[in-house]
Amino acid sequence: MAVASQPLRILIGKVGLDGHDRGVKLIARALRDAGMEVIYTGLHQTPEQIVNTAIQEDVDAIGLSILSGAHRTLFRRVLELLKEQDAEDIALFGGGIIPDEDVPTLTAAGVKALFRPGAPMEEIVTFVKGLKPQG
Amino acid sequence: MSPAGPHLFMRDIEGMATLAEQVKSGNVRAVSRLITLLENHRDNRQALHLLNGTSRGATVIGVTGYPGAGKSTVVNRLVSCYRRQGLKVGVLAVDISSPVTGGALLGDRIRMQEHALDHGVYIRSMATRGYHGGLAQATGDAALVLETAGYEVILIETIGVGQNEIDIVDLAHVVVAVVAPGLGDEVQAMKAGLLEVAHIVVVNKGDLSGADNTLRDLREWCPNVLRTVATTGEGISELAAAILAHRPSSGVSSVSEVRNR
Repeated sequence: MAVASQPLRILIGKVGLDGHDRGVKLIARALRDAGMEVIYTGLHQTPEQIVNTAIQEDVDAIGLSILSGAHRTLFRRVLELLKEQDAEDIALFGGGIIPDEDVPTLTAAGVKALFRPGAPMEEIVTFVKGLKPQG
Repeated sequence: MSPAGPHLFMRDIEGMATLAEQVKSGNVRAVSRLITLLENHRDNRQALHLLNGTSRGATVIGVTGYPGAGKSTVVNRLVSCYRRQGLKVGVLAVDISSPVTGGALLGDRIRMQEHALDHGVYIRSMATRGYHGGLAQATGDAALVLETAGYEVILIETIGVGQNEIDIVDLAHVVVAVVAPGLGDEVQAMKAGLLEVAHIVVVNKGDLSGADNTLRDLREWCPNVLRTVATTGEGISELAAAILAHRPSSGVSSVSEVRNR
């Protein structure tokens, strides 16, 4: 009877100390324009804040922008916390200045996708759309 | 104890009962899952019966007002204030869905992230998904879920109210309207219906020039007008006290009772 309406819910945020949020806002807007509900946390989040927020918001995925060079530590910490909280069903993806050699390590650790400078917006949106809504 | 799995529908009676029990025990993941289920399928409202009889009489506070008046910042400060009193606080922050794409950018909690690590605070962003009235269709159900999970104060932030978006009246014990100097005179406030629905009117950004005039004008129409500067916290403890004073202490009504009145 009732029409099921279940847009993807995606948390978009920035962890760590870098304050460059132009890219992340573009991503947030592109996902919104693709029909998703985007929860934007703003700058300077800790991995703990990100994971707690993701659980309260019941998101399908977390997308993090990291331009500070601390990506190895921060992505791993988020994955650890998701595991601790029994929330590994929430997909983690990210973007930023991430050197070639770090990509295989992070994807092996569980980061679903990494988008680096020059990644077309279409590619990012298509990837996120491919994540299944939970509800 | 982990909440029942992700692909849960009302057909799964046992799963739903488990989820309801987890909500009653305050399990945050279960609270989140149930709110999602209620948002996504109206049929899942049957699950609310499983929560019945366990509500604990939360105070529901509606915060409405013009876009940009400072609703989220006021809510953030109120959360701090009630936490200092030892109360568990739930926040439902409603933003509008795009009528074109159905997507939404939910950014109210940017102003509230200082509470992200506090286990006594639950914050949930909700998109209107085409529903009119200033709230999402499932906002009332979500408030009931939070009440059942033991949240004692529930703050509901409406979309920036334009005109006639006043569903919050049916849901909240106390409605606070947030206005700011320079965002329209008291005639605008009257037109928007704010003064009809608000128990308390807050002139936020009360340090701006023009705040005195706004306060004076509004006091001609509304008995309960307070000044705040939410960015510094000025006036917030007075507001928090005024809200609880307005809430009738006897004959405490639960979320469901208020909704049925």
